[in-house]
Amino acid sequence: MGAWLHDSLTWSDAIIIFLWAVVFLFVVLGFVTYAIYFERKVIGWMQLRIGPNRVGPLGMLQTVADIFKLLIKEDTIPRKADRLLFVLAPILCYVPAFTVLAVIPYTEKLYFADLNVGLLYYAALSGISTLAIVLGGWASNNKYALLGGMRSAAQMISYEVPLVISVVGVILLSGSLNLRDIVDAQAGGWFWDWNFLPQIIGFVVFLIAAVSELNRTPFDLPEAESELVAGYHVEYSGFRFAFFMLSEYVYVYAIAALTTVLFLGGWHAPAPFLDFVPGIIWFLLKFAFIVFFLFWIRATFPRIRVDQLMGLGWKVLLPVSLLNVFLTAGYLELFVK
Amino acid sequence: MDNYVNQYVVVAIFILLGILLPAVALTVGRLLRPHKPNDPKRTTYESGNEPVGEGQVRFNIRYYMFALMFVIFDVETVFLYPWAVAYNKLGLFVLVEMFIFAAMLFIGLLYAWKKKVLKWNSV
Repeated sequence: MGAWLHDSLTWSDAIIIFLWAVVFLFVVLGFVTYAIYFERKVIGWMQLRIGPNRVGPLGMLQTVADIFKLLIKEDTIPRKADRLLFVLAPILCYVPAFTVLAVIPYTEKLYFADLNVGLLYYAALSGISTLAIVLGGWASNNKYALLGGMRSAAQMISYEVPLVISVVGVILLSGSLNLRDIVDAQAGGWFWDWNFLPQIIGFVVFLIAAVSELNRTPFDLPEAESELVAGYHVEYSGFRFAFFMLSEYVYVYAIAALTTVLFLGGWHAPAPFLDFVPGIIWFLLKFAFIVFFLFWIRATFPRIRVDQLMGLGWKVLLPVSLLNVFLTAGYLELFVK
Repeated sequence: MDNYVNQYVVVAIFILLGILLPAVALTVGRLLRPHKPNDPKRTTYESGNEPVGEGQVRFNIRYYMFALMFVIFDVETVFLYPWAVAYNKLGLFVLVEMFIFAAMLFIGLLYAWKKKVLKWNSV
């Protein structure tokens, strides 16, 4: 991808990039479709059920059918809702979810934008989705939606702080915000050169905070489908609702890819003698493992209590992530310089 | 310099595409889906009861406190990121400086903790 970006762009180059981005969009949509199918299957197996198996071979078309159903469902907007904001909120939720994917590098050569502030770009844009959730809850003019939106926002901002601080250790070790440089800094041949072992505290905090940012079990209190009405999107129906769900799964993609890049060595092989396998295979394996991990904890963990939720974020994760920053900095000062 | 600007062209293309997908999907949806609004359908949902009062009710002050603390610590990360990038070129002095900065904010967190801002009780 990167080769022609060094010269000045012509319109035809821009159109080629645009077409590649469209291809990538369909890859992401395909991922979302089959991630939902895979999630339902995995949780089914873990709970000794079968999971979807009726629509298409092995139930493979179940999600496609679900999406089509949402597409042809009547779209109701409550009379009291703030129409403009109500329509705007799902779009505002989805746009940053897709835009953050521009900076993810997949291999040495396969990436879209090579920003020197890649990680900051990710952290800054992913924060915008919180705004869309508050907006959706407020514009619905519904008590449940408003309280659900407020709760989601409180949870997301509380866990965003440890999330962004936990990666400072990685930045310290690699001395760059560029995601490709961060992966290059983890090269060394063996899997213990990847950041997840030297940065084990940061890695654990990052994983917990990331699951909470995604509003997934055990932190799925905003939705809590078995005990509350839906939360901020209770008034949404049809494809507007689908866009809230879509951005949630696009963030699953984004977080899985980001974890791979930051902590699991990106496209590097776990051992030097495995170097003959192409980097993209390694990237996809690690990526698939993180996605599976998210579904796995959904099937096995109970939901955390609401009064424990904020306590965990502010009283445990934030001090631990700050401690990690100064431990890493101290280590660099004493042993590396 | 060209390279630098071009990366942001790619970002702009992604933003454009991000707006285009909802626009296209919702327009196609409008052609496919039925549109038969009636009054009961357009009332606000409240577990099947007639909605009581305004939807935009007053909510707990605690959300505001969390938002305030979020702003404080997010600003701290804005300082931490460039510090972390440049750390290898800077000396011990800068580490101590950042430690003092983080410690002062951490005292703020302890104060909020003591004042039971972080405790969650109903709503």
